[in-house]
Amino acid sequence: MTDILVAENLEKTFGSLVAARDINVRVPAGQTVGVIGANGAGKTTFINMITGHLRPTRGRILFEGTDITGQPSRAITRLGIARSFQVAQIFPSLTAFENLCVACAVAHAPQGLFGPLLTPVQSPAVIAEAQAAIELFQIARYRDVPASVIPQGVRKLLDIAMAIAGSPRLLLLDEPTSGISIEEKFDLMTVVMSALKTRNITVLFVEHDMEIVERFSDRVLAFYDGTVIADGTPANTLADARVQELISGTKLKHKAAAHA
Amino acid sequence: MLTAFAILTDGLVYAAYLFMVAIGLTLIFGVMRILNVAHGSFYAFGAYGAATAVGIYTTLGLPDAMGFLLMVAAAMAVGVVLGLILERGLLRFAYGKDEVIVVLVTYAVFLMLEDVIVLIWGPGSYGAYQPMIAAGNTEVGDLVLSNYDIGLVLIAAALAALATWSLHFTRYGRILTAVIFDREIAAAFGINVTVVYTVTFIIGAALGALGGAVMAPKIAVTLGIGVEVIVLAFAVVAIGGMGSIEGALVGALIVGLCRAAAVHLVPQIELFVIYGVMALVLILRPHGLFVRAQPRKI
Amino acid sequence: MAAVAGALAPDWIVSLATIAFANALAVLGLVVMWRAGLISFGQALYYCVGAYAVALTGRWAGITDAFILVLLGGVASWLIAAIVGFLLARYREIFFAMLSLALSMILYGGLVKTESLGSTDGFSISTPTFAGYAPHSAAMLQLSLYWLTLLVCFLAALGVGAYFRSVAGSLAAPIRDNEIRVEFLGASVTRLIHVKVMIAGLLAGIGGALAALAIGHVDPNMAYWTTSGGFVFVTVLAGSSSVAAAFIGSLLFESLRSAAFDLMPGLWQITLGSVLLVTIMFLPEGLGSILVRLRRRSSAKPS
Repeated sequence: MTDILVAENLEKTFGSLVAARDINVRVPAGQTVGVIGANGAGKTTFINMITGHLRPTRGRILFEGTDITGQPSRAITRLGIARSFQVAQIFPSLTAFENLCVACAVAHAPQGLFGPLLTPVQSPAVIAEAQAAIELFQIARYRDVPASVIPQGVRKLLDIAMAIAGSPRLLLLDEPTSGISIEEKFDLMTVVMSALKTRNITVLFVEHDMEIVERFSDRVLAFYDGTVIADGTPANTLADARVQELISGTKLKHKAAAHA
Repeated sequence: MLTAFAILTDGLVYAAYLFMVAIGLTLIFGVMRILNVAHGSFYAFGAYGAATAVGIYTTLGLPDAMGFLLMVAAAMAVGVVLGLILERGLLRFAYGKDEVIVVLVTYAVFLMLEDVIVLIWGPGSYGAYQPMIAAGNTEVGDLVLSNYDIGLVLIAAALAALATWSLHFTRYGRILTAVIFDREIAAAFGINVTVVYTVTFIIGAALGALGGAVMAPKIAVTLGIGVEVIVLAFAVVAIGGMGSIEGALVGALIVGLCRAAAVHLVPQIELFVIYGVMALVLILRPHGLFVRAQPRKI
Repeated sequence: MAAVAGALAPDWIVSLATIAFANALAVLGLVVMWRAGLISFGQALYYCVGAYAVALTGRWAGITDAFILVLLGGVASWLIAAIVGFLLARYREIFFAMLSLALSMILYGGLVKTESLGSTDGFSISTPTFAGYAPHSAAMLQLSLYWLTLLVCFLAALGVGAYFRSVAGSLAAPIRDNEIRVEFLGASVTRLIHVKVMIAGLLAGIGGALAALAIGHVDPNMAYWTTSGGFVFVTVLAGSSSVAAAFIGSLLFESLRSAAFDLMPGLWQITLGSVLLVTIMFLPEGLGSILVRLRRRSSAKPS
């Protein structure tokens, strides 16, 4: 079985600043991968390269066997890779439902010059799909609320819901729980993960909260200084001495006992 | 050879005029992020004010040199008063609105001021040629240069130097530069941005009026001079980069020299050249020659 | 209904309404772009191209049929918009406005200096015919032009309404809100904006063609920045929420301008300027928002 995502010798430099180097990763389909690392370690750069927002200076990216290096974001979306954002990128002047309608309509509109011109946006299929997404992510309460006044947690859910509108096979979540209070983080991730499981999507998520990473990922990639320093099961990676020294810190005994 | 020299001198004079008109506009945009269409009104008020002043001192029989200063002072006073009234009375209610909406507000003000000019000065044409004639001419080989024109170039150069020096070396200039760079951070440092706005607008208005005043002896002061000048000033500011004084200077020189070349060599493309250069610069460097674009982070 | 009203109204009102509705097409184009956050200060470019296309076709090819002339005017302006759009679609906000301004002023400069086209005076257009019918009185000519304009406006309104309901049209607010997100959804923002520029250019060109026929004369002033400014003025007045508002707003504007000019010739610009200011300050969404509110209220009433 081919890996759904392969990154070979990826590198990204901005002038003399090396944001990412020697990145070699293979992700099999269906896996849930947690990506950890301090700020500036290269995690978002990695995601930006995969999703076409940045062009790698060197190396290549393969999606389901096809080379997608350097392609623009919208082409990559059409191929089946989607992402959510650290700061939820939604359309503030539309309601949550309208946001989803737009996402679904664009995903299903025929391409080319005339496709989007001739397809009505609020077709029954689009409305049904948008409604289904609202229910899947449990945000029905905010369905007709303008996105500008929706609370932060729901915004992130909306952002992710919009990302999967086109039925992507690979989803990259950039800090899905950032900006969310500690009490709500687990609930948010539970909703997100159960929604994604029903769609059979391979997920890569960037996280700073190690407990969330432990709970929700099959595999962990640790970034430091632009490159991957550890790659393995959550238990192994988080126990790695370098990871503990540079990223996560050591686990305190009584804290582990409290969570047991 | 003679043509080349003529192009150079004509170009410099036109550039001087453009710079004096554009500097106020670019300053107001740089600090307040307002593209002030009413700047054309400041120019017009300056010109009309100067014409009136010239009329007064000619009747009084005052010496020419003093008359010139009087003309400039009167025009700038008009600019200051007008600027103050506009900013405090009208513009400050539009702050925070979309950039383009604010432009429309200034456009509405411009329309209204056109009528105000007619109410004050009537629809006729005014002349203020006396200073220009009094200054006399200088002959350089076969070319006759007006001393007034030479004076214009010198004034513009002096203004450019003064503006650059005060922005970089005076305390208030540095405060202005800070607000141009980032209004919020400047306010967080304790700079009273409201006062800075008012002062900047008044300075910009005075400069616009100054432009009108010094040009008054060269043109027929009549309706519509504001309409013509504002779109030229836009072109210069767009070329140089909005908010950049050096940009206004370079933009003025480019437009001035190109136009002079067109007038002497291919007169049909005179108007085309100015806006053609503007379009070209916007195509190659959308933010102008001296301003850099800010990329967006996600 | 409007057609019948035209038949009954005095000449000068018909004439005013014709010009108002012709100009409303340019405004409609601006509305299409404004929904995506773009304002052009240079729609006069296409307006003038449409007008001169009509005038020149009449002069060089002797065609007088109004239907053909308006169609040609639209095609010419659409072509210009298609070419120019490649460039304009890369700009936003104030730069979009300024570049469009520059392009319209380039046309103005070119026309003013062209002696063969009459430079600043322009030149006049011969009387149009309508699919073979040649009106024998000035009043019938007025009325025919008026009905033609109404027909074109009706078709345009239908077309633009359908556009707003399509996927491409509904991406306007998203583009204004968050362009990068639109790209991540899989749509090309540059292409979408290019289409908007073409639609706006086509509408403005048809408007210019109709206006040229109605006035009977073309001159470079049709490309001057103050003409573009007038269109933007009405766009602010009308707002972007309703297609009908563009036509009503334009009619109001022309009436206001006419009335102000007749009743207080020394104060008409002050009047217009104040109206613009009041609208911006107190009715920022324009007349369209009032219309939308009325429509909502009438559909919410119990039967």
